[in-house]
Parts: sequence; structure tokens; C-alpha cells
Amino acid sequence: MTRPELWLVILGGALATFAIRLSFIALIPPDRLPGSLRRGLRLVPPAVLSAIILPGLLAPAGHLALSLDNDRLWAGLLATLVAWRTRSTWLTIVVGMLALWGLGLV
Amino acid sequence: MPPVSGEDPMTVTSMPAVTPAATPRSEFLSGARDQLPLLLGVVPFGLIFGALAVAAGIPAWEALGFSVFVFAGSSQFVAIGLVAGQTPALLIVATILVVNLRHMLYSAALAPHVQALSLRWKIPLAWLLTDEAFAMASLRYQKEDRRTAHWYFLGTGLTLWASWQLSTLAGILLGARIPESWSLDFALPLTFLAILVPQLRDRPSIASALVAGGLSVALIAMPLKLGLMAAIIGGVAAGALLEVLTRQHAAEPEPRR
Repeated sequence: MTRPELWLVILGGALATFAIRLSFIALIPPDRLPGSLRRGLRLVPPAVLSAIILPGLLAPAGHLALSLDNDRLWAGLLATLVAWRTRSTWLTIVVGMLALWGLGLV
Repeated sequence: MPPVSGEDPMTVTSMPAVTPAATPRSEFLSGARDQLPLLLGVVPFGLIFGALAVAAGIPAWEALGFSVFVFAGSSQFVAIGLVAGQTPALLIVATILVVNLRHMLYSAALAPHVQALSLRWKIPLAWLLTDEAFAMASLRYQKEDRRTAHWYFLGTGLTLWASWQLSTLAGILLGARIPESWSLDFALPLTFLAILVPQLRDRPSIASALVAGGLSVALIAMPLKLGLMAAIIGGVAAGALLEVLTRQHAAEPEPRR
């Protein structure tokens, strides 16, 4: 990506984020947020994160690789377990990275 | 305290006599102080962001630009992941928008409290409205005497903003020294996993994640990474559908035996 394109991403993303944060504070009367939207918004982060994580684990080279030598898949599964049991960001990253390096040596 | 005849019971119960009157300065400082414990979680994220942005091939100034201007942690991580994946710029902007949509809820929640302020206040406060600032500011607004509470909001928000910039900068300087063979880019999906897993609290959120993840893998060959958007929409729709069905089921009366 070229540097002007990167700045387009940064300033575009900044404007979008600011507009969202300013929305009800200064632009829209706060009683205009329907309950269904309120409930739906809660489901957005899990969808976004999962949609970004899974291709990197299941298809790191761009095609599905459900095999024993897909180190990222196994390291990711172990990290998921750690995240679930400990809820610790640091431990998840450390165990996942160590697993990836360990599997790379095998 | 001089005895007051016929004192208003409301004033007596809601204003403890020991509390000193809050000044803008004292509010600002207590907002900053209350943000400190949250920095334990924020500073490592800033460090990781700076290091990963460099690992994704983003130049130092642009990496810092994300933190200065976008100032929204998870969407910044998502954006650099997409930059590394050669995603078109406008699609990345759209994704940042989607990831940050939840801030609309914060905006709606705080709007009644800041309604009386001028735009000169509303603009910086909205700019500083992150998850962490919202957490502390909304707690403050639950307490009594809200006249100077916007100074608290400003103090807590600015503390977070400054910490985010400094930790990003430290991460950029650190990240530039880490060799590529360490596969540091893998720390990005791991960070996402650590954010995602605690959010999987009930069936709708799990369905949203599973359907979005599955679709994203299935649609991996779609041009311009459009599969990502389709996957997010599909996941949220699946989760919302499940939620509606569950609620309808719960609303039905139990059959009598």
C-alpha cells in the first residue's frame, strides 16, 4: 500500500470513528436509537474478530489447510484454550507464540 | 456548621458534609487518577500495536498516525491486518467504521449528561470517547453533583489518549528491532483471540462468531476481500436471528401439566 493510500485509510478511519462518537452527543437526539439496533451492535465485535482470525488460522497461505503441518492452526487452537481458561491477553499471546515457534522446530 | 431551621432533607441526604466542593482542577485530576488502573491493560496493547504495525510494513509516522487520529484500539489492529493483506483503502475504512459502531451506544448513553455543554466541549469529549473513557465517565455520571463532571471526563480521556500515543511510539521503536523470522505477525490473530473469546458469552454471540468465521473462510477467494464484509453481515444476522427466536421462545407461556 502506498503512503497516500495509508493516509486515506488513517484519515478516513478517523473521520468515521469521530462521526460515530459524536453521533448522539451532538448530531442525533439520543432517543432515536431503536432497541433492535442496540442489541444487534453487541454482536458486531465477535463477528468482525472471528471473520479476521479464522482465515489466518485455517488458510494461512490463501487456501484451506486442515493438516498437521499447519502450525498456525494448532498454535491458534492452543491459544484459544488459554484465552478461554485464563482470559489473559498476555498469556494468550505468549503461549500462542511459543507454540508456533515450538511447532516450527519439530 | 450553623444550625439551619427547616432544612431540606433532600440536601442533607444527598450531599455529605465531608466532601469538599469539586473544582475543575480536582475533577480533572481525579479523572486522570481513576484511569491509571485501566492503563495496565491499555499500555501493553499500545506497545503491541506499534510493534505489529511495523511488522506489517507500515512506516513509523503512519503507524503513529493511526493512534493519534483513529484512536480506537481494536479497529486499529483490524486495519493494520487488512493493510498487510493488501485490502483496498476504502474497504478498510468501511471495516473501521463497522468495528467502531459500538461507540454509538456510548455516545447515546452519555448524550443526556453532556447535552447542556457547548460544541467546544462536545467535540473534544466525543473525540476521547473510547471504551475506557466511557467506563470511567459513565461511573462518574452516576454520582452526585454532576456540574463539573465534564472536567473528570476530559481528565480521564486525555490520560488515556496520552498513554496510547506514548505506548504506540515505544512499540514502534521496539518493533523495528525485531527480526521477521520471529513471525511476530502471528501475535495479531492471537491478540484478536484474546479479545474475542471473553465476548462469547451466550448463544447469539457464539453464533455470530462461528457463522462470520465460517463464511470468511468459505469466501476467501472473493475479490477485494469483499468476503470479509459479507461474513460480518452474515454473522451478525445469524446471531440476531437466534436472539429473536430465543426471546420468542422464552415469551411463550410454559405448558400446564
